[in-house]
Amino acid sequence: MSEKPTVKTLDRVVVRFSGDSGDGMQLAGNIFTNVSAGMGNQVSTFPDYPAEIRAPQGSLSGVSGFQVSVGSGVYTPGDRCDVLVAMNPAALKQNVKFLAPGGVIITDIDSFKPADLKKALFETDDPIAELGIKAQVVEVPVTTLTKNALADSGLDNKAMLKCRNIFALGLVCWLFDRPLESALHHLKTKFAKKPAIYEVNSKVLQAGFDYGHNIHASVSTYRIETEEIIPGDYTDINGNTATAWGLIMASEKSGRPLFLGSYPITPATDILHELAKRKDLGVKACQMEDEIAGVCSAIGASFAGDLAVTSTSGPGLALKSEGIGLAVMAELPLVVIDVQRGGPSTGLPTKTEQTDLMQALYGRNGESPVAVVAPCSPTDCFTMAFEACRIAIEHMTPVILLSDAFIGNGSSAWRVPEVDEYPEIKPHFLPKDRCDGTWRPYERDAASLVRYWAIPGTEGATHIIGGLEKDTNTGAISTDPINHEKMMKTRREKIARIARDIPALEVVGDVDADTLLVGWGGTYGHLLTATREINANGGHLAFAHFRYIQPLPENTGDILRRYKKVIVAELNTGQFADYLQAKFPEVKIERVNKIQGQPFLVKEVVDAVTKIMEEK
Amino acid sequence: METPCTTYSAGDFKNGQSVRWCPGCGDHAILNTLHKAMAQLGIPPYKTAVISGIGCSSRLPYYMNTYGFHTIHGRAAAIATGFKVANPEMTVWQVSGDGDGLAIGGNHFIHAIRRNVNINMLLFNNKIYGLTKGQYSPTSDRGFVSKSSPYGTTEDPFIPAELAFGARGNFFARSIDVELKISEEVLVAAAKHDGASVVEILQNCVIFNNGIHNAITDREYRADRTIHLVHGEKMIFGKEKNRGLVRDGFLLKAVTIGEDGYTMDDVLVHDAHTPSNFLHQQLAMMDGTDLPLAIGVIRDVASPVYNEDIDRQVEEVRAKKGFNSLREMILAGDHWTVTAPQSKD
Repeated sequence: MSEKPTVKTLDRVVVRFSGDSGDGMQLAGNIFTNVSAGMGNQVSTFPDYPAEIRAPQGSLSGVSGFQVSVGSGVYTPGDRCDVLVAMNPAALKQNVKFLAPGGVIITDIDSFKPADLKKALFETDDPIAELGIKAQVVEVPVTTLTKNALADSGLDNKAMLKCRNIFALGLVCWLFDRPLESALHHLKTKFAKKPAIYEVNSKVLQAGFDYGHNIHASVSTYRIETEEIIPGDYTDINGNTATAWGLIMASEKSGRPLFLGSYPITPATDILHELAKRKDLGVKACQMEDEIAGVCSAIGASFAGDLAVTSTSGPGLALKSEGIGLAVMAELPLVVIDVQRGGPSTGLPTKTEQTDLMQALYGRNGESPVAVVAPCSPTDCFTMAFEACRIAIEHMTPVILLSDAFIGNGSSAWRVPEVDEYPEIKPHFLPKDRCDGTWRPYERDAASLVRYWAIPGTEGATHIIGGLEKDTNTGAISTDPINHEKMMKTRREKIARIARDIPALEVVGDVDADTLLVGWGGTYGHLLTATREINANGGHLAFAHFRYIQPLPENTGDILRRYKKVIVAELNTGQFADYLQAKFPEVKIERVNKIQGQPFLVKEVVDAVTKIMEEK
Repeated sequence: METPCTTYSAGDFKNGQSVRWCPGCGDHAILNTLHKAMAQLGIPPYKTAVISGIGCSSRLPYYMNTYGFHTIHGRAAAIATGFKVANPEMTVWQVSGDGDGLAIGGNHFIHAIRRNVNINMLLFNNKIYGLTKGQYSPTSDRGFVSKSSPYGTTEDPFIPAELAFGARGNFFARSIDVELKISEEVLVAAAKHDGASVVEILQNCVIFNNGIHNAITDREYRADRTIHLVHGEKMIFGKEKNRGLVRDGFLLKAVTIGEDGYTMDDVLVHDAHTPSNFLHQQLAMMDGTDLPLAIGVIRDVASPVYNEDIDRQVEEVRAKKGFNSLREMILAGDHWTVTAPQSKD
């Protein structure tokens, strides 16, 4: 590409593909992401799609977006985009607010006819002026050029129009110097079973790429910094798939077959989809009749000896509460995945929030402590799903994994772990020499307080468990007051002792600063980037991010007490801040909160944290 | 089903716990017949699981020397489903009452039947909530007076058989707590049936609904108001064994053999294995008034079993494109390899 006129070198760029929800923007974005990751860029994506499956074509409510950041030091999909692709007027109207200063807009000018403008509720025939856009707008006749490229294909008009997204992808690939071969490779994988579709799309991709080449005079092109990356096999992965795969890894490492009992719910359903496919690895994924049956079938499978999981989002977690309480009482391993979305009630099904923390910690009758963990990025979903399983199996307890819509749908490049990279998980089986009929179900390991797991079918280990309080020694039903208090305290202490078995909390950034920024779960990328930005601009900020919520890492208090100011930033009204404040009343905790169904913007965090740092 | 390798006695399935149901409760008899049925089946106690919900009947696992799980209200069928899918070698009994199984657990009841998961679903029907001390249940008759319906209920009951057939059930049997032999017979048949087997047992709550089934179960007229159906045998009943069921257009009719021109040849032969549930449903809906209440195995039809099909699918998929590890599966898909640190060119 030696003829490219002005080449800007950037650490990272952000591209946002937007169009009608049927326009294939997610596919175009995904391929661009994979190609970039294959070049050694770090990538982070944010699919932003409407709750409606097919809103009226061209309407404002039907706009689907896919934002991706590529380059080095990429931990978020970016606050604002450098290039906005808008396939129709509605997409332009809905997405222009995401354009960064100095950014470029690419439109399909063929889709900006008066009728299209009307559907997007424009009042004039000049949408650019009406929206007050000052940025450079590249008007490309995408529809016409796509049709031209396919003139000899024999496709009908409707089929040709379906390829517009790939034309746009070709153009963006040229713009950012992405190798066409790589894009073709990913396209081929996508349409592996439909070679004819691949053929037409490859023509359109080439046409888009060539078009970019031919109009080079009008747009700057970019060179994006790559990151030094660890050698290995890589794939593009979103958080929900990573979660599913982490569960499978835990099944391999524990030797317990994987069972999923689930019920479809946005934005968690992809976990069910992925595990349903994995019969090729022996996974049994059952779509049950409701959320309650989802958790209950998993509890049955756990009693039967499987690594048992249920997946859901906030409303489903509410329905599963009683079941989780049963697993607490029966002390069975159970992994409950909550891909959090906006609430309360049906709330914002496709949008992200961290508002289920209190529900996970306390949302059951009686005092019923469970372990709670939260992955911090799409790829961390793999590790934390594995960790949830490890804790559940080794500590005989339900574990709630608090993912969210942002990291569940967001993706990044992920190195496929080598076989020995994750530890063996050791189920707390009843020892063989105790299968003599004398064992009682609530006998515990003295150090960890973990009871034994006797797999049904084992001779000499028949036993009864259940939701009624049991005698700590005999395992028989007991309403004895002292016994109940002892069992309550034991259940609590058992969870507390998991702290001995999880990594210590780490502090990054300017660790000697006076102020500590604290986050948990899916906000890691934004908070880390904000910390770096503040420190790069002469600020002094330390940053600690929690992935283990209950129990907390053992050094939590020591770290919090080290700082004059502790700022907890989270996507709710302050649930984690309240939780920490209750545990560490001596620490002064400040809060940064956002509850808009959207992830933080780095700039918002920088501004809010800087303001608090400046306060006396 | 496991092939019996040892001979068991009823005592092998008892665990020595003192049974805490009220004296005179129908559950005692059902528990004893279940112990006997299990011994007859010859499946070892450690290959047997009993999973219950909440209610008087759901206390049953505590009196079994098997694997047992006393769970939460209404959910036993869902828990038993997961258990069976995960550990198909086990014989699974699920115990519920009419409140547990048909009210709070109604959804799991119908879906477990529809899926045809291989579990034995026992429904102890006493038409009352006993453990909460006497409220009407989903099987209480319209107008039934209870603590929660002091002026009588204003709703119609479920008839469990009708619900089971509506959910496309392929095994339905009925017994009465006091009919020990027939109870044992239907429990054994339920365990031998491959798929979801529903057994309704009319059970007397001696405290809150004493005598609710008396119109049928009283010794004085039980023989005339019930019919014991046996596959391949004539549908005859009555103290004198001289009454029979015949077709009457689309319906059934009870006749006296030798009267009105009816002979033994007119009396229907029970076919529990016929796929159509048309006649099974008519038989199951007989209520002991005009027609005798049917007990015994009413329907027992082979059909695809949920947990077996899952196992079969896993085998088929693995034979076709199975992977030995997660890593192998991932690397068979879209990925790229980085061989050395890339330079910033």
